[in-house]
Amino acid sequence: MTTFLLVVVVLPIAAVVWKSTGNGWSGFWEVVSSPQAVAALKLSVISATLAVLTTAVFGTIIAWVLVRDSFAGKSLVNAIIDLPFALPTIVAGLVIMALYGPRTPLDVTIGSFHFDADITFTRTAIYVALLFVTLPFVVRTVQPVLIELDRELEDAARSLGASGFTTFRRIVLPAILPGVLSGVAMAFARAIGEIGAIVLIAGNLPFKTEAASIHLFYRIEQDPEGAAAVAVVLLAISFGVLLGIGAVRWHVTRHERG
Amino acid sequence: MGRYGLRVVALGYLTLILIAPLAMMVWRTAEDLDGAWAAITAPDTIAAFELTLKVTTVAVVVNTVFGIICALLIVRGNVPGRGFLNAFVDLPLSLSPVIVGLALITLYGANGWLGWFQRHGHDIVFATPSIVLATIFVTLPFVVREVVPTLREIGTEQEQAAHTLGASGWQAFWRITLPSIRWAVVYGVVLTAARAIGEYGAVALVSGNIAGETQTATLRVEDAYQFSYGNYAPAYGIAFVLAATAILVLVAMLVLQPKGARH
Amino acid sequence: MSIAALRITKSFDDFVALDDVSVDVAKGSLTALLGPSGSGKSTLLRIVAGLESADAGSVVIDGVDVTGRPPQDRGVGFVFQHYAAFKHMTVYDNVAFGLKIRKRPKAEIADRVHRLLKLVQLEGLAKRYPSQLSGGQRQRMGLARALAIDPAVLLLDEPFGALDARVRAELREWLRRLHDETHTTTVIVTHDQEEAMDVADQVAVMSNGRIEQVGSPRAVYEEPANEFVMTFVGQAHRLGDTFVRPHDLEVTLEPNGATREVMIERVVHLGFDVRVELVDGTGDRLSVQTTRDQAELLELAPSQIVYVRPTRHTTFT
Repeated sequence: MTTFLLVVVVLPIAAVVWKSTGNGWSGFWEVVSSPQAVAALKLSVISATLAVLTTAVFGTIIAWVLVRDSFAGKSLVNAIIDLPFALPTIVAGLVIMALYGPRTPLDVTIGSFHFDADITFTRTAIYVALLFVTLPFVVRTVQPVLIELDRELEDAARSLGASGFTTFRRIVLPAILPGVLSGVAMAFARAIGEIGAIVLIAGNLPFKTEAASIHLFYRIEQDPEGAAAVAVVLLAISFGVLLGIGAVRWHVTRHERG
Repeated sequence: MGRYGLRVVALGYLTLILIAPLAMMVWRTAEDLDGAWAAITAPDTIAAFELTLKVTTVAVVVNTVFGIICALLIVRGNVPGRGFLNAFVDLPLSLSPVIVGLALITLYGANGWLGWFQRHGHDIVFATPSIVLATIFVTLPFVVREVVPTLREIGTEQEQAAHTLGASGWQAFWRITLPSIRWAVVYGVVLTAARAIGEYGAVALVSGNIAGETQTATLRVEDAYQFSYGNYAPAYGIAFVLAATAILVLVAMLVLQPKGARH
Repeated sequence: MSIAALRITKSFDDFVALDDVSVDVAKGSLTALLGPSGSGKSTLLRIVAGLESADAGSVVIDGVDVTGRPPQDRGVGFVFQHYAAFKHMTVYDNVAFGLKIRKRPKAEIADRVHRLLKLVQLEGLAKRYPSQLSGGQRQRMGLARALAIDPAVLLLDEPFGALDARVRAELREWLRRLHDETHTTTVIVTHDQEEAMDVADQVAVMSNGRIEQVGSPRAVYEEPANEFVMTFVGQAHRLGDTFVRPHDLEVTLEPNGATREVMIERVVHLGFDVRVELVDGTGDRLSVQTTRDQAELLELAPSQIVYVRPTRHTTFT
């Protein structure tokens, strides 16, 4: 079974890595350092990072509210959290475009002040699309931790004089941090490779709104070796970030290991 | 920030990012129901739905069998390399779909390591087989990831009891092991199906995107958008069908959770 | 049916769970394997059942060497500490399982299952699921399930360990009565010395992978083979190189021959029994078990100086 999996999973990756060496080292480097590729990679990394950080904050807040608060319709809200997970990405893109696209109803003009929520062809579009897509990751990894969290720990802290915020900072946060980091890792891996949600709304303008995944897509036809090269860099970045987050997580949980 | 404040922030964020856009899409679809319906019932769209259905079914069947075997090996197997098995199974989750597509093209394309098929008229790339392969790849982890924790939790006591009562290995598997993981499997199947239906990136690359032949439902949505010339109703219409399917999936997930499928 | 475990040895990595252990179980008897955790008693039971395999030695059930046979071919009934209930089946299906595997006719299964459910006092609960039963009920179901296949031998692995004290006591009594009715050769593993004494015809005391002593409950209590058995089965105090049971210490108000001077720290009234906690000149602590009447007669009270003398004691060479 391990060999089966090795073939099914590792072989394709190996093929890509192999392909990237098709033009030798110099060819590899040429493609990867080309301005357009660099711009695309930069855009993907920065958008993914910003989106994931935002999701981390709001996702934690949402998880907190879902676990500790109660209001009418809470179970419905809880159920929708998984929607970005269940929805096809291209549909997600369209959904965002319905509200934040060319025919957005959020369009106000008062005198010389004009605001509309049309974000197509902007980098913000990528950011928002990634927010949509990464939402479930942090919420769903933090929720179980919060549910398990012994309320008595917080009561103990309070009884010893800690304020609400301090209790959060010193008791709750360290407990949920590993969960947040797991969610962040998964969200980042997803965000940096996302294509379906952004392909329609971002417009894919080279150097402006062309993410690495799009750049890859169009490169494959003319220059498979080059595309493979960019793919390898993308893989390396993902891998590096995941390792980094894993290391942080390991460090943060060091006291819990025997 | 008081409890009320946090609630407002959370719900506000959700509204901005999730709820309002969704509502808007439904609204837009409702605005031009005729256009939407025409797009949904167009022959190319029907063909796309059929293709998605076929591919999803194959992916679900393959990954359910594979997933159960894999989970059993990970939790109970005595083979070396179990840890690697676990890690590899999670790999498709962190890979960009475009890279998956690229990998398949590289492998099965005419010049690839497994290009024999392509060169001899058994088209894999730019034909349905590659769509199936891509979908199987991206949906690999789901059944395994749901079954593993359940298997761990159950332990082997029930099977041991079955053995003392006279059951053979095979009998214990069919009568005890499988039934005890059935909800985890069902939940995994639901997630697998949802992912399979929703796959875009890898399939966009490998399929050739030939309308009516190698276009899946998701590709059809994009197609409808690209050729809509400002009137997005057709695209929204088809998207709406997919969104409705996703909501059905959510409902299924909701219903299955209390059965101990998820933790 | 009798069971014989012959020279069983079993190790888990570096840990020696059983070291050349041999034990005989008489047909129709109820034997307890008694010992602290880690003594190897559960391992031995599981090896007899075929759920574990020994590194060396053999298992013979009713004259047939079953070493190497899987559990399904040994004709043993096994009851697990945590019930191992088939959660997705009803109580009826749980109990009927063994019979269904053996492809008995439906009518026969129905008859047997209902009789067994009546025996274990679970009639009326046949359609329930294990999750709807209490711990005690689940374990009775486990027993019925094991008995359904008419096992040659019934093996119970700390069957009442997961239950609370009162239920434990009830089930213990109930198991004894059941055994008196069915006379199935039974082996029960327990760390609860009181349970073993209460229920068993024969007790095998184990420690560290070895059998320390086999005998009737009375023999094991009154004639312990070594220090471990004496201190594990019942209480014992060490006085020098001799061991005394708390109820074999006589308390007097005056020194009398081989007495020792002690001071009373506490007099604990436990209903009819009274435990007198004492400390002697060197700071060692002792306790004496006596009756309420005796304590009143001597007017025992804290800080009182009294004298103790063993009426019976045991020395191990």
